[in-house]
Amino acid sequence: MMNPLIPLLVAVPLAGAFLIMILGRFITGVPRIMALATLLLLAFISFWLLITGGAASSVYTLGGWEPVDGVPIGLYLIHDGFSALVLCIISLIGLLSVIYSISYMARYTSENYFYSLFCLMIAGMNGVVLSGDIFNIFVFLEISVISSYALVAFGVEKNELEATLKYQVLGAVASFMILFAIGFIYWSAKTLNIADIRVVFGEGGQGPHYILIQILLLTGFGLKAAIIPFHAWLPDAHSSAPSPISAMLSGVLIKAVGIYVIIRLFFNMFEITVGMAILITTLGALSMAAGVFLAIGQWDIKRLLAYHSISQMGYVIMSVGIGMILMARGIRSEVAALAITGGIFHMLNHAAFKGLLFLNAGAIEYSAGTRDLREMGGLARSMPFTSATSLAASLSISGIPPFNGFFSKLIIIVAAVMGRFYLLAALAALVSIITLASFMKFQRYAFYNTEPGKIQKEIREVPLPMLLSMVTLALICLLLSLLALPGIRETVLSPATDILMDQMKYSSQITGM
Amino acid sequence: MTVYWLCFILFLTGLYGVITRRNLIKIAISLSVMEFSCFLFLALIGYREGGVAPIVDMADPVKTYVDPLPQAMVLTAIVIGLATTAMLMAVIIRIYRKYGTFDIREIKNLRG
Repeated sequence: MMNPLIPLLVAVPLAGAFLIMILGRFITGVPRIMALATLLLLAFISFWLLITGGAASSVYTLGGWEPVDGVPIGLYLIHDGFSALVLCIISLIGLLSVIYSISYMARYTSENYFYSLFCLMIAGMNGVVLSGDIFNIFVFLEISVISSYALVAFGVEKNELEATLKYQVLGAVASFMILFAIGFIYWSAKTLNIADIRVVFGEGGQGPHYILIQILLLTGFGLKAAIIPFHAWLPDAHSSAPSPISAMLSGVLIKAVGIYVIIRLFFNMFEITVGMAILITTLGALSMAAGVFLAIGQWDIKRLLAYHSISQMGYVIMSVGIGMILMARGIRSEVAALAITGGIFHMLNHAAFKGLLFLNAGAIEYSAGTRDLREMGGLARSMPFTSATSLAASLSISGIPPFNGFFSKLIIIVAAVMGRFYLLAALAALVSIITLASFMKFQRYAFYNTEPGKIQKEIREVPLPMLLSMVTLALICLLLSLLALPGIRETVLSPATDILMDQMKYSSQITGM
Repeated sequence: MTVYWLCFILFLTGLYGVITRRNLIKIAISLSVMEFSCFLFLALIGYREGGVAPIVDMADPVKTYVDPLPQAMVLTAIVIGLATTAMLMAVIIRIYRKYGTFDIREIKNLRG
């Protein structure tokens, strides 16, 4: 049975983007209301699908083309346990960013372009997450990244243009590598459907380019996800964008078009091999360690947060990689499941706390007019809500209970110890301590400094819409830690882990074999 | 087989240009070279020796046809490539207005 709500997740923001563009020219005030309505509807649909869909996967065939002899033809949209979670964080962080933008974007012009590009980016990300077809992933990926190039440059000053140039050149190289890999896949497998490619590769039709395909795809999506050797664009792009966009880029975009696709392809399309699993784990551990060391010396708040994104994504990649190594060796599958659960859980948590931290940075910039930590001082008195929510997010990212970051890092470290990766476990704990140090610096200089700082003007708390989204995200940071409880974990996180652990389930439900 | 190697060399030429050139316009051209090597590769995959356009002729149903799917992919990819190139050129023009140069070594506000 096809669920008619699934294509709406792509169609609604796409229609919203174009309507905002057209109507916004004639009526002022329409763009923000329409963007808000679009994101509210999306959040409702995605949570509805998460609650009702549960463990079952549902497949939507566009145009109603049924498989012929077990070979899928036509385009497929697939909603399962893993994509449901990513869709929920996309629409939730998107909704809160739009609410925040209502006040924040008031100082910029061209409101209709901003909201239109925002909806287009959401449509692209939803498409990447839902698509069951490798070429369609490429198309939706380009929709979302081209709109994000434009959004990074939204200020059109020197820094924004330089950042978007780096982002675009590296992003374009990554896109062509992905396209090249898609060509090789079609050459070897004669199909583009991920589930069908899996069947063909499983039957030995891997062809001579199998390793090349894997390396090209890992490089391409690694560039989009800013894993450490490919990270150069991220600190510039994420710190130059307007703050709600930084929250979207760091909180959601690098996950939806980078990490999610890597995990999906390497679990559900390729057969897991020990060599590839070790490579992915190494890249993850490298990002985790190098990201945090690059972050600790930063004085610009948004650059500091951007480097922490690299480090936290390293945790996700490393823990999923540990799961892959154990699965490839065929030993201790319950530890592998724990590691993968930890990785997915940390991905959700990172969306919440990194989104909140970027919104806080935006609030500081909005009120104090600076992003340099050395120029701030004693903001805790003048901005109590911003200070409190950023403390919650800082404790969360540093892994202090009872916030969500603690539980996901605990699961990752426990899984690493149980899988006998003692060195990686120690590294994860060490990186967490350095993260704490770096965020103590942030709190100390920005909020709890007794010196008045160099800011001349009077500092006030930010307007209500900005406060509303920050407080909501702080509450989400607390509530997400409930997912670690047994009982809730089984219903929310386990379907996502199962679809990745069960090697043939993903393809068998689509090809119908 | 030679054409595939030539196609791959074209891809690497574009990549070399992106890495070594200092002029923004030349970087954009190198990216286009990479892009078109991908398109060429996709078109080559669909090619069949002696094939004709895949319009089924009832009088002679056993003709060899070229694979139409990579052609459809190339069309889609060309449209995407157009958007990428247009966006990149727009940014390069803006950069020229702000910095007054196309030299990438002069554009280094962001550090650290």
